[in-house]
Amino acid sequence: MTHTMEIDGVEVTFSEGETILEIANRSAQHLVKSEQGDMSVGAQRHQKEIPTLCYDPRLEPFGGCRLCIVEVEGARNPVASCTTKATPGMVVRTATDTIEAYRKTLLEMVVSENREVDVSPLRGYASGELTDLRDRYEIDGTRITGTTSGVNKTDENPFILRDYELCISCYRCVRVCAEQEGDHAINVMNRGFHTQITTEFDGLLRDSACTFCGQCIQTCPTGALGDKKALRAVDEIADVVPDKTRTICPYCGVGCSVDVLTKNEKIVGIHPAMDGPANQGALCVKGQFAYDFVQHPDRLKTPLVRREDGELHEATWEHALDKAAEGYRKVYAEHGRHSIYGVASGRAPSEAAYLMQKFIRAGFGTNYIDNCSRA
Amino acid sequence: MSNPLVDMQKPDVIFCIGTNMTECHPVAATGLKKAVARGAKLIVADPRRIGLAEMSDLFLPLRVGSDTALLLGMAHVIAREGLIDEEFIKGRTTGFDEFFEHLSQWTPEWAEEITEVPAKDIEKAAMWYGTANRGAIYYTLGITEHICGVENVQSLCNLALMTGNIGREGTGINPMRGQNNIQGAGDSGALPNNYPGFQAVTDPEYQAKFKAAYGKEVDLEKGITKVTALELCGDSIHAMLIDGENTLLSDPDREHCEHALRSLEHLVVIDIFLTETAELADVVLPATAWGETDGICTNTERRVQRLRAAVPPLGEAKPDWWIICQIAQRLGLKGFDYDTPEPIFNELCELSPIYAGLDWERIDKGATDIVNNQWPVPHKEHPGTPRLHEETFTNGRGIFSNVHYRDPAETISDDFPVWLTTGRRLQSYHTRTQTGRAEGIDYLLPEESLEVNPTDIEKWKLTDGEWCKMSSARGSITIKVKATNRSPRGTVFASFSFADVPVNLLTGSGYDPVTHTAELKVCPVRLEPL
Repeated sequence: MTHTMEIDGVEVTFSEGETILEIANRSAQHLVKSEQGDMSVGAQRHQKEIPTLCYDPRLEPFGGCRLCIVEVEGARNPVASCTTKATPGMVVRTATDTIEAYRKTLLEMVVSENREVDVSPLRGYASGELTDLRDRYEIDGTRITGTTSGVNKTDENPFILRDYELCISCYRCVRVCAEQEGDHAINVMNRGFHTQITTEFDGLLRDSACTFCGQCIQTCPTGALGDKKALRAVDEIADVVPDKTRTICPYCGVGCSVDVLTKNEKIVGIHPAMDGPANQGALCVKGQFAYDFVQHPDRLKTPLVRREDGELHEATWEHALDKAAEGYRKVYAEHGRHSIYGVASGRAPSEAAYLMQKFIRAGFGTNYIDNCSRA
Repeated sequence: MSNPLVDMQKPDVIFCIGTNMTECHPVAATGLKKAVARGAKLIVADPRRIGLAEMSDLFLPLRVGSDTALLLGMAHVIAREGLIDEEFIKGRTTGFDEFFEHLSQWTPEWAEEITEVPAKDIEKAAMWYGTANRGAIYYTLGITEHICGVENVQSLCNLALMTGNIGREGTGINPMRGQNNIQGAGDSGALPNNYPGFQAVTDPEYQAKFKAAYGKEVDLEKGITKVTALELCGDSIHAMLIDGENTLLSDPDREHCEHALRSLEHLVVIDIFLTETAELADVVLPATAWGETDGICTNTERRVQRLRAAVPPLGEAKPDWWIICQIAQRLGLKGFDYDTPEPIFNELCELSPIYAGLDWERIDKGATDIVNNQWPVPHKEHPGTPRLHEETFTNGRGIFSNVHYRDPAETISDDFPVWLTTGRRLQSYHTRTQTGRAEGIDYLLPEESLEVNPTDIEKWKLTDGEWCKMSSARGSITIKVKATNRSPRGTVFASFSFADVPVNLLTGSGYDPVTHTAELKVCPVRLEPL
C-alpha cells in the first residue's frame, strides 16, 4: 500500500516499512533526474543527500553514526533517518541549520579520533566516504582534538590490511560479514573508546572463519580495512582514482559483476559492482583477488609452431595461422570431414564458442563439436 | 537454473545435493545462507561433511554414487504419505500413475542399504521437502559426474514434479554451472547434438535452417562427444582445434588422454598459457585473456551479460574469434570476415530463438529494473525470463521417469577398498592456470592434500602430513595426507587442481551413456604409506 509524506516541503510517496532515509534517497535521485533546471527550494535540498557513515543499503539499518539525523515535526529530538520508518503524513526536514550543525560536530569528533583521513582510493570501494564528508562539512580538525582510537593489527595475510587506527566503529565490516556473507568471521571486542574489530581469540584472519571474500574491505568507509594487493600500486598512481571497467568475473558460473581498476594499462584491483544483478556487491576470494594471471609473465605472447626438431618455437601470426590451416586442409584431404574435431571453451566469450561451432559446421559440414562441460 | 539467483533467499526448504556451494559458488551460497538465517530448512546430501553440511538442519551423508537410490527412497515416502501436488500432476505432467507404481518397491529401508543413510533421515528429508510450500533443489557436478548422471537429474525432476515445486518463486531445479561462460558455450551451439539455441541437429527444420545460413550441407545425425572423439584419436579423428581447455588435467584418465592427443596428426590449441595440453600441440595460438577481451557471456541463471576489455592485449595475443576467423579464411571458408565481436553475437541471436530478442547493444546497456536479459528472450520487446516453466514446460508436459539405481562403473574391492571422490576448493580453480598465477592464493592453499578420515589413516597405516601412494585401476600418484572428519570413513577427497598431484590420472572408470559425462566423482583406490 502506498502512503504519502513530506520531505523538505515536497510530497513523496512510500510503501509501508520504508525508512525515511530510503525514501529521501529515492526521491532525491528521482528529482535530480526529472527536474533538472526547474527545482523548488525543497528539491534543491533533496539533491544534497543525507550524510551517513554506518549505512550500507544492503545491510540492516544500524543507527550508529547518527549523521543521518533529521527533524520530524512533532518529535522532541532529531531521529536517525536510517532506522526510523516513515508513517503516513509525516513531515520531515533533512537539512535545517540545527541538523547540519549537529552533523558537523559529530563529524569533527569522528575525524579527531583518526590518525589519517586522506586515504588512497585503492583501499576499497567506499574508503573515501569519511574524506568526502569531511570536505563537504569543511572540517579542518582544529576545533576538536585529542587521543586517537584503534590499534592496528599486524596480519601477514596477503589480501586484507587491518589498519584499525582508521576505524570509526561503524561495524559495517562486522555486519557485512554476518548479514551478507553469512560467515560471522569478525566481531567487536572492548567497549567505548577502546572498541576494536577483531576475530575469534584476536588472531589472524586465516585462522578465523574468514574466507577472504573482501566484502569488509569494500564496505569500510575509512579505509581501515584495505585491499593489500591493490595498494601495491599506490606509489605508482598516488591518490589518482583508477579507471574502472565494468565486466563479469572470470571464474565460476554465478556471473558476478565487477569493476576492473586499471592505471596505465595495468590491472591494479577489482571492485565488486554493488548493483551487479547476480552478486549485489558480493565476491569471493577468487573474484576479488585472483586477477593477476591476466598480466602474468607466463602468458603466451606470440604464436608457437612445432618445428622439425620436435620443439615449439616462436612464430609470426602469418606463419602460425598458415600452419594451422594447412594441417586441417591436409587431414581433411586424407581422412575426410569426420576426422576433424572442435572443442570450444567455457571461459571464452560466446562469440568464440559460436564461431568454433560455425567453423566445424560451415567448414566441414559435421556436428563434430563440443565444449568443455563434460569434465 | 530454472529459477533466478535472487530466488535462493526465498525457499522454505532447500535441498542441496552434490554441490559444495560455499566453496565452488561462494557468492550464490550467500543467498542460501540468508534463507537459512531467515529460518528456511536446509537439507544437504553429500558424501563429505562439507561447509554446507555444517550449516544444515539435516545432513544425509550418502555413499558416493548412490544418489539415485536416495532420491527414489525420498520419492517413495512423498508418494506413500500423500504429499503429492495432485493439481500440478494432473495439469502439468504425464506418466505419474506408472511412476507411482514404480515407486512402491523403493522403500527408505531399501535406500538405506545402498546409501548408508538411515531410513528415518530419508523419511525426514522427504517429509520436509514434500510439505514445503516452496521447496528448491540445488545441485552441481556431484549429481552429473556419474555414470548415472541422467538418472540422478531425472530423479530430482521427479521430486519437483510430484510436489509441484517448479515454475514458482523460491522453487525449482537449479544446477549451478561451473565456468563463467559454460552456459554460453552450450547456448552458442558448441554441442554435438544442438545447433545454436539448443535446436536439435536431428530436426529437419533446423537442418534446413542452418544449411541455408551457412551454405553447407549438414550432417543429419548427431556428432560425437569430446569423450568419444578422444577415444577415436588416431583412429578416425586426426585433427583437433581446442580453445581454452586444459584437457589433459581436467579430463579423466590422463594417460589415455595424453596418448589420444599425441596420436593426432594435427593439434591446434588456442590458450592464454602454455598449458600441459598446449605443450602437445603443433600450433599454439595466444588468445587475449579475460580483461582484454570484449564479448558476451551467460551465467548459471541464463543471464546474458557483457564482458569488457579493461587493458590492451599482452604481447601479440588476439581474441579467440579473430583467430578462428583467420584459420577459416585460410581454408577458403565464407562468412568469417568479422572485424569486431558485435556482428558475431548478433548473428548468434538471429539464429537462436532463445536469444531472438537480444543483440549486442541491448546486452551492452545491461539489466534494468524491467529488463533482465535472462533467456529465453523470444522477441525485442520481451524483458527476459527469470523463471522457467511458469505456465508450461518447453516440451509440453513434465515427464516422470521410472529410474532404477545402478552401481558405479567400479565399486570398491579388496584391491581398491577406498572410495575416492574429487572436486574443487574455494581458493583454487580448475587446473590452476589462473589462480596458480595469482599472488597471495598460495598463502591460503599452498598445495594439494588428500582428505582422509582419522580412522582410515590408522587403518591404512598412513601419517597425517606425510605422503602416501594412491592407486586406482589406471595408475598411481603420491599425495600428502590430511586427517579430517570432513571425509567419512572409507571415502577420501582430493581436488584436481594441482599439476604435481594429477588426480585425474586415477579417475575415468566410466561415463554416463547418454551425456558422456565422466564419472569423476567415484573412483575406487588403494592407499599405501610411502
